[in-house]
Amino acid sequence: MKLNLQIDPIACTGHGLCADLLPELIELDEWGYPIIGGAVPPDLAAHARRAVNACPALALRLVRTPDQLAARHALAASETRGG
Amino acid sequence: MSPAHARDEYRGDQDPDDRDPDDRRRRTGAGVTPRLTMDWQRADRAATLREHSARFGPLRANAARRGNRDLLDQIAAAGLTGRGGASFPTAKKMRAVAAGRGPAVVVANGMESEPASEKDQALLARAPHLVLDGISVAATAVGAAEAHLCLSRTRGWLVDSVLAAIAEREQAGADRIGVAVHELPHHYVSSEETALVHWLNGGEAKPTSTPPRPFERGVGKRPTLVDNVETLAHVALIARYGAAWFREAGTGGGAGTMLTTVAGAVSRPGVYEVEAGTSVGDVLELAGLRERSEAVLIGGYFGTWHDLEVIADLPFTAAGLRPAGGSPGAGVLFALPAGTCGLAEAARIMRYLASQGAQQCGPCIFGLPAIADDLAQLAAGRPEGDPLSRMQRRFGVISGRGACRHPDGAVRMAASAIRTFGADAHAHARRRPCLAAHRGRQQTALLPVPRPFAEGDWR
Repeated sequence: MKLNLQIDPIACTGHGLCADLLPELIELDEWGYPIIGGAVPPDLAAHARRAVNACPALALRLVRTPDQLAARHALAASETRGG
Repeated sequence: MSPAHARDEYRGDQDPDDRDPDDRRRRTGAGVTPRLTMDWQRADRAATLREHSARFGPLRANAARRGNRDLLDQIAAAGLTGRGGASFPTAKKMRAVAAGRGPAVVVANGMESEPASEKDQALLARAPHLVLDGISVAATAVGAAEAHLCLSRTRGWLVDSVLAAIAEREQAGADRIGVAVHELPHHYVSSEETALVHWLNGGEAKPTSTPPRPFERGVGKRPTLVDNVETLAHVALIARYGAAWFREAGTGGGAGTMLTTVAGAVSRPGVYEVEAGTSVGDVLELAGLRERSEAVLIGGYFGTWHDLEVIADLPFTAAGLRPAGGSPGAGVLFALPAGTCGLAEAARIMRYLASQGAQQCGPCIFGLPAIADDLAQLAAGRPEGDPLSRMQRRFGVISGRGACRHPDGAVRMAASAIRTFGADAHAHARRRPCLAAHRGRQQTALLPVPRPFAEGDWR
């Protein structure tokens, strides 16, 4: 079981609160949109939760990724545009 | 050989007897097997249902009834991969859809929003019944009760032609389920599979956040198979002739045949059907490569630029091009004519891609125009600050941060241009642009860049 931060890039409008609250894992790009670095270690879980709750756009999520979902995610990740 | 379908000449192909003997020899030498393009040279219109049946034989009478497992096994054994750009194994995607809960939905993707590609339009214009057969077979394979075909709103002529083919089939009672034809707004990202699903569900033709992917929850919340029309045409032939037949064509690790669109420094630009795995150089030769071309854009506007010398001997397949960091994408090959500026072409493409986003995700809304500006400054030899290092930094942070892969594709194209035209890029950055860019010789675009649609036209 892994704890991961996910951003809904469509919902995110670049408020930047998450990077203030969780600078250990989130930095902002030059336009103010968050860049997330890796999985959330256990000692930062509480901070991560706080950042999620603070997002005005509800664009930040904390997700647990159980191993049995790995195959499904592999399929999803390998699919791209079909045009 | 002449192209199966000549570029910009949708209604006027060369008669096969007009080919000169040299062309014929080359055609044999390259081992080209017309499958999807069979008899395209003979008529300048869509094959009727009667002609289609005479050409390929009937879909096996039991194909519609026999278990879907056999069809899926055949498609898997054939090794068919998606021809829309992702090269994903078709049977794997079908199995994921078939495993979903409840009746599935099939969506045929005929949007062909890649400006440099013409193969899907050519296929639908000449052999619509192959695609419609494929939709029917795919529906059986995944247990679908409903099927859709998505086309671009800008191509009314193609819609009319496909509707006529569907009318023929309805009269003949050819299909178990009907196919609904839809005309979608034509933006680059509108052909992305989640955009199709979103539009079919009543929304805008813009990509949506994933998960869920369409195979999990798509049209009407049902498991949905989105496949490119060429992929479905191959499915139609596999259902008829089987996996072993499919694999009789294919070389260099590729299976079956594929449609390619070849343009640029070639004497006979157009759509060619080649064995999967044919080398990049051989595909270009088929179209009459002029010797003085040094670079090639492969895959399309989401594709990558390469030195022709480096890539000429590689198979034009996902696996074959991977070592060079490329992909066949939608089957596009563009040979940059000698004496023209690759950076200028890349800048033009980048500007187009930046304008074609769905304006939903920050990294794409701001990042792509920023890179387009950098590239334009560089191409013009009028750098402000250091566009090369700005771009390198921006390449590193934009990929993977959009809802769809639009920013990833655009960044990949731009980065490959800087790699391939590195010497030019450094000269341009020192305010010494190449002659081609300097003289404005490329005022007229070599690669087609469609005029962007009016803002807001997404539904």
